[in-house]
Amino acid sequence: MTVRSVAAVPLTAGLVATVLGLAGCGAGGDEPASTLTVLAASSLTDVFDDLEGTYEAQHPDVDVQLSFDSSSTLAEQVVQGAPAGVLATADRATMRTVVEEGLGAEPVVFARNELVLVTPADNPGNIEGITDLDDSDVAYAVCVPEAPCGAASATLLARSGVTAPPVTEEDSVRDTLGKVVEGEVDAGLVFASDAQAAGGRVRAIPVPAADNVRTPDVAVVLDGPDTDAAQVWVDLLISRAGRRVLLDHGFLPAPAAAEKSP
Amino acid sequence: MSGRPAVALGAGTGAATGRVPWQLLVPAAFAVALLVLPLTGLLVRAPWSTLPARLTDPEVGQALRLSLLTATASMVVCLLLGVPLAWLLARASFPGRRVLRAMVTVPLVLPPVVGGVALLAAFGRTGVAGGWLDDTLGLRLPFTTLGVVVAQSFVAMPFLVLAVEGALRSADARYDDLAATFGASRWQTFCRVTLPLAAPGVLSGAVLAWARALGEFGATITFNGSYPGTTRTMPLAIYAARNTDFEAAILLSLVLLVVSVAILALLRERWMAGPVS
Repeated sequence: MTVRSVAAVPLTAGLVATVLGLAGCGAGGDEPASTLTVLAASSLTDVFDDLEGTYEAQHPDVDVQLSFDSSSTLAEQVVQGAPAGVLATADRATMRTVVEEGLGAEPVVFARNELVLVTPADNPGNIEGITDLDDSDVAYAVCVPEAPCGAASATLLARSGVTAPPVTEEDSVRDTLGKVVEGEVDAGLVFASDAQAAGGRVRAIPVPAADNVRTPDVAVVLDGPDTDAAQVWVDLLISRAGRRVLLDHGFLPAPAAAEKSP
Repeated sequence: MSGRPAVALGAGTGAATGRVPWQLLVPAAFAVALLVLPLTGLLVRAPWSTLPARLTDPEVGQALRLSLLTATASMVVCLLLGVPLAWLLARASFPGRRVLRAMVTVPLVLPPVVGGVALLAAFGRTGVAGGWLDDTLGLRLPFTTLGVVVAQSFVAMPFLVLAVEGALRSADARYDDLAATFGASRWQTFCRVTLPLAAPGVLSGAVLAWARALGEFGATITFNGSYPGTTRTMPLAIYAARNTDFEAAILLSLVLLVVSVAILALLRERWMAGPVS
C-alpha cells in the first residue's frame, strides 16, 4: 500500500509533465505568429472562406480562424466572453446586443441580403410562390425568430398573409437551407446568397419585392488583443475586392460604401 | 486475493480509519467542484423575482408537457420492444447473438447527433424506409411528435435492454427449467417466472430509459427540427432560448433539473431501494 502510493505521485507528476510538454510543443514550430478569429453569420460562409485565402496571402503571419453560426448564437458567445477579433452578423439587432455591452464600436454595413423562397430541385410540393406556403399540407422550414433570417421571414410571411405554421424553426439559415437541399421539406425561406450557394440543388423562387425584407450585413472590430488584424479584415470586406466577392456570391451592395450602423 | 487484505485490515485498523490522505481528498474536492458548481450557478443566476410570472408562460408548460409525454411514450416503446429483445439476448441461443448484442448497444456510445443523421437517412423523406412509409402509409416521421418518440426510443432503448439483460442473466435460469418440467410453455414461463424475477432490473432499466429520453437533444433536433408544441421538448426549448433570453434558458433548465431529480428520487425510494443501496 505504502509502496504503491509513493510510486503513484511521481507517475502522476510524470503524466502531467508529459501533457504539459505536448501542449507546449503545439505552440512552437513554423506556424503563423498570430491568429485572428472571425465569427460570422452562416450566410457569409462562402464569402468569408474566399476572403480567408486573400487575407492570408496578404498577411502570411496571421492565421485566420473562421467560425460560422446563427448571428444570435455568435452574439451571445461574444457577450459570454468568446475570444474573437471580428463579428459579422446578418442584421443590426443582434449586433446591437454586442455594441450595447461595450464589446465593440462602430459597426460597418458591408452588404445587404434579401429573402428568397427555395424548394428542392424537383419541387415535390409544387410550390410556385410564397402564398403556396399557406397550406397545412405543405411542409416548410424557416429560421428561429431570433436569427436574422427568421425575423425577416416572420415579417415576409405576415405581409404575404401566410398563417399556416412552418414544420420547423432551424437555428441558422444554412440549417434551413440544408433541410431543403436534403428534400426533407417542400420549401424554405433563406437569403438570396444562400440559394445561390446551393446552386442546382434547390430551385429559387423570387418573392414580391414589396413584401420582401432587406437586411444589412454588419461587421464590427471587437475589443481585444487582435484589433489591428481585425481592422484589416473589416477593411478588406469594404474594399473593392471584398465587394466584388460579395456580389459574386449573390449579396446586394451596401447602400453606400462603409455606411456606419447604429 | 480475498485472504490477505482481511489480515492486513485486522492488523492495522488504525491506518484504515485514520485521516483521509490528501492525495485522494484534493482530486475528490475538484471532482465535487466540477459537478456541483455548475448546478450552483444555475441556482444563483436564476431569475427568482420574476419566477412565478415566467413559470406560467404558456411556452414553458407546452415544452414541459411535450417532454413528459414523449419521454413516457418512449419508455413504453422501450419496454414493449426492449424487454423481449433482452430476453432473446439473455436466454435464447442462435447464431450471431453476440453480433446482434453489439449492434443494439451501439446507440449507447454513439453521439446522439449521429443518431439523428442516421434516423434521417433511414426515415427521412428521401431515406431508405422513409420514402416507403410516406408512399404506402402516408406516414412522415421527421418534424412530428411521433418522430421525437422514435428519436428518443433510439437513444434510450439500449439502456433498457442492457439493464434487463443483466437482470435476466443474474436471475437463476434453473427456475425457468423447473417451470418447464411442470409443463409451463416458454411464454407462460416468461410471464409467470422470468419477468417477475427480473422485475427490479426492468424497473431500473425503464427509469434509465425515461431519464435518457427526457434529456434527449441531439438526435431529436437533427431528426425533427424544432417547433413549439410539436417537436420542441425542454432541452430544445433551452437551446432555443439561450441566445436571446439567457434567464429563460436558466429557468427551463431548473424546471428540467427539478423534474428529473424528483422523479428519480421518488422511483428510487419506491422500487429501487433494494438493488441500489
